[in-house]
Amino acid sequence: MEHIRTPKVEQVRLLDRFSNKSTNGTLYLTATHLIFVESSSNSSASAGQEIWILHHHIASVEKLSLTTTGCPLVIQCRNFRVVHFVLQRERDCHDIYSSLLRLLRPVCYEELYAFSYNPKQNDQQREEGWQLIDLGAEFERMGVPCDQWQLTDVNRDYKVCETYPRDLYVPITASKPIIVGSSKFRSKGRFPVLTYFYQEKKAAVCRCSQPLSGFSARCLEDESMLQAISKANHNSRFVYVMDTRPKLNALANRAAGKGYENEDNYSNIRFQFVGIENIHVMRSSLQKLLEVIGSKSLSMSDYLVGLESSGWLRHIKAVVDAAVVLTKAVTVEGASVLVHCSDGWDRTAQVCALGTLLMDPYYRTIKGFMVLIEKDWISFGHKFADRCDQLDGDPKEVSPIFTQFLECVWQLSEQFPQAFEFSEWFLLQIHEHVHSCQYGNFLGNNQRQREDLQLRERTHSLWAFLMSEKQNYLNPFYSPAYSEEHPVLEPSTLPYNFKFWRNMYHQFDRSMHPRQSILKAILTLKENSRKAESTLQALEARLQQLGVTPVVTSDPPAPPPTRDQLSSSNALPLRPDSLILGAPISHKEVQRHGEEDDEQEEVGEEATESTDTERTVEGSSGTESRKQSYGELEGTYNSDLAKEEPGVVSLEFGVARMTC
Amino acid sequence: MEFAEHIKTANVEDVVLRQPLHPPSRGTLCITGHHLLFSDREESSSRQVLLLLRNIDAIEKSVENLLGYPGFFSNAGHSERPTDLSLEDQWDLSSPEKHYSQMKELHERWRLSSVNRDYLVCASYPPAVIVPHSIDDDTLKKAAKFRQGGRFPILCYYHRKNGMVIVRSSQPLTGANRKRCKEDELLLQAVIDGSDKGYIIDTRSSQQAQQARMTGGGFESKSCYSRWKRLHRQMERGKSLQESLIKLVEACGDESHNMDRWLSKLENSKWLSHVQTALSTAGLLAECVERDGHSVLVHGSEGTDCSLLISTLAQLIMDPHCRTMEGFLALLEREWVQAGHPFQHRCAHSAYSHARLQQESPVFLLLLDCVWQLWRQFPLALGFSEALLLRLASQTRRRPNTLKRFRRK
Repeated sequence: MEHIRTPKVEQVRLLDRFSNKSTNGTLYLTATHLIFVESSSNSSASAGQEIWILHHHIASVEKLSLTTTGCPLVIQCRNFRVVHFVLQRERDCHDIYSSLLRLLRPVCYEELYAFSYNPKQNDQQREEGWQLIDLGAEFERMGVPCDQWQLTDVNRDYKVCETYPRDLYVPITASKPIIVGSSKFRSKGRFPVLTYFYQEKKAAVCRCSQPLSGFSARCLEDESMLQAISKANHNSRFVYVMDTRPKLNALANRAAGKGYENEDNYSNIRFQFVGIENIHVMRSSLQKLLEVIGSKSLSMSDYLVGLESSGWLRHIKAVVDAAVVLTKAVTVEGASVLVHCSDGWDRTAQVCALGTLLMDPYYRTIKGFMVLIEKDWISFGHKFADRCDQLDGDPKEVSPIFTQFLECVWQLSEQFPQAFEFSEWFLLQIHEHVHSCQYGNFLGNNQRQREDLQLRERTHSLWAFLMSEKQNYLNPFYSPAYSEEHPVLEPSTLPYNFKFWRNMYHQFDRSMHPRQSILKAILTLKENSRKAESTLQALEARLQQLGVTPVVTSDPPAPPPTRDQLSSSNALPLRPDSLILGAPISHKEVQRHGEEDDEQEEVGEEATESTDTERTVEGSSGTESRKQSYGELEGTYNSDLAKEEPGVVSLEFGVARMTC
Repeated sequence: MEFAEHIKTANVEDVVLRQPLHPPSRGTLCITGHHLLFSDREESSSRQVLLLLRNIDAIEKSVENLLGYPGFFSNAGHSERPTDLSLEDQWDLSSPEKHYSQMKELHERWRLSSVNRDYLVCASYPPAVIVPHSIDDDTLKKAAKFRQGGRFPILCYYHRKNGMVIVRSSQPLTGANRKRCKEDELLLQAVIDGSDKGYIIDTRSSQQAQQARMTGGGFESKSCYSRWKRLHRQMERGKSLQESLIKLVEACGDESHNMDRWLSKLENSKWLSHVQTALSTAGLLAECVERDGHSVLVHGSEGTDCSLLISTLAQLIMDPHCRTMEGFLALLEREWVQAGHPFQHRCAHSAYSHARLQQESPVFLLLLDCVWQLWRQFPLALGFSEALLLRLASQTRRRPNTLKRFRRK
């Protein structure tokens, strides 16, 4: 509180980022938030818009030079909100500026919002919130411990590796001396441990950090550790070692006494680089991207050139590519894979998490995704505090690694709209709170630090909050049946399947978005049909009370128009179905929608009777995918069609900018 | 079919089919009088590829293997089954007569003229056109002489909300010595009768318009058309649009899996820039009519490509009826088929073709792309899905005649 000099400034103008519009209002500075309240004098209909900006979200504050209209203050947030205020008096502006400068750089964890945030819960509720995710149960779900893998207590007291969790799973044949020896040969002591067990083929996904091999060093314990991992899997004679770095970086590390595994020393490995760039490249890439998309009148060419030169989508693609390689090795070949990068907490976390997301439908549910983040990111020690700049630290440690992971998941959800239980708002909300420091989950760099901070006793868990709001994050297209049929996702990584994520990077730029939302329309439809159904049930109950037996019971409340009706008139009514083609609302309705689509297709397309054989007609295009969608109606339509519309990447953006 | 006699070998076994983005497959190739048929021999996936011969643009024979490059935009290749369609009804989707009779509000100031009854005044206009009431047919004939290809200004859209209109034509033939035409001026004056001014949206840059004077074309000068304000918006047309599409198609076929290459090729093709220009020009046109409340004349040089493109898009933007399936097809019928877009010249070949024809230009495809973009922004506003757009795209490739036949009965 003592840093706040001016708690309230009146007559502040908020400029829109991409147009010349502006709104007037009052700016309040509190201990935790910067609040802008639009003055509602101009019209009573639109209640004054409020913008709440958490101090932790603010990445930078900039005071621009004084203009005739006032003193401009530009605030950039980590959730990609950019606000441009104009204050009338320079002194106010300076006060706010200097207060913010101090407030957005907390020096110790106790200053973070999580320690003062109180959502009116009692201790028991909070405790339950923290117990929502149980990693021990998660490993049990995978089928571990089993005859080949066991829980080791070697890191019970964080003696072997500080940045790992207490509970670790290793091959049964890996004895304690082997583990300790191996950990001494690995950077930061992060020896190979199990992160995912693919039960079907008994193949394991393991992770570690780079070996301290230098130019020639070797370590027998480490070699027998890899041997043990290999032996634990009878399907394959060898284990893949994926170094997620570009080869050049790995070579350079050798000079510093680190490096990568020499295939000659490890008899049973297949070594491979996948070439994901390091945190510094990623940081500057995002900066460039934000610069490009922030420019006011962006031409299509500038946008595409900028998108390319930022390299952001290239990096996203690299991560997805690596995850696909990992998934193929595990699910197709049945081989175990050891993933590492330099320290094994950035690229390794990305690849392991994304790879297992592709393999296991559980991780594509809301609860499962939380478990995945808890496991591969939080417990295995992704340095959230450093990467997200929670405390005033080294700016070179900041990097959007986790943001990239979320974006990769989003790209996948665009390709497989039915495969994910959550919608993109879930991802956006997680991203919001990784930076908000409002919940304890992401504070600190590793589990040990979190225990020292007593986060479980002093803060609340984000997962409990998200679970309580689960309704808001459900993806209406999700189909559990689809996941059953396609447990392993095989995404296409052709360049044009990667789009610019407008809702992330322009989340707060209202003018950028489509004027109508399909998601909203479908949620409304669903809600309406739910209401209609409950009315129906109530009425039926009523009928029974009155002693009348209902005539029709099994029919849906509003039967779709019959075939004759449809084909008699070529004038189709509004076709909400077509908008969600290939993605029926729920499993139950798959059948019905399938029929409807079928009919409409015949009307519009004079299509021949749908044969069971798949026909490719003159190359591949819409018709082909529709043919497929008769049979399965899931995912294929959208993913195949994406190939037809390569422009997707930029189109959205180009058009989003247009004011018609 | 008479082609059949050219077939030397009807069946070839053991043919390998390689398609971009698909694994190669082995099967039998058959050639018939109208189709090339490939069927997969594998039991599990009986796949068939049916290629309409009409759609094949280029065939190359290389040393080791024979490769046919099919037309990229061709699809939906089941043989047509028009049996259940009665031809008469389908052709009468929309016409100026119908349009006129549906718009009662029009009748006060506009009339239906049959000056072009025998296609003598303008070969590319329909027999009946909508023109201002106060202008008689003789004036129209004279005005037509002053416009390239005889395409004198005619009404294409009436905005119910404020009674403003969109009129389109071809460029005036002012030429180097700044000719004038009293009748043309009169005609345009009649268009904005009762309003203080109108806009002319010229789909060329002002420099291009100046240059056009050297070849007999030109623009409406301020001194002669004092109440019209000219706006220039340069839109790509003709050959460079075709080049752009060829580059885009090439970019789509790139199999290098390289993000940077894809983005730079996409940028280099400029296709999306053209899409953006088209949409923003249409937005401008809609703004002039809807927000400013002024009538607009649209033309480029010939008035058969870009002018149609933006007037169509503007109508989609302004008129909800045009966004229904029926309305959209009627719009296409009016604005493209009857307004004389030379489909046969523009869509003779696909982007794979080696025959680089002067007249080839994917303006219609650009329109479909623009509509698709609108659909992306307003997913609930259109009464049809992208399936219709794909179908239209393939249809114009396959048989430009079907759409065009109507024009010169």
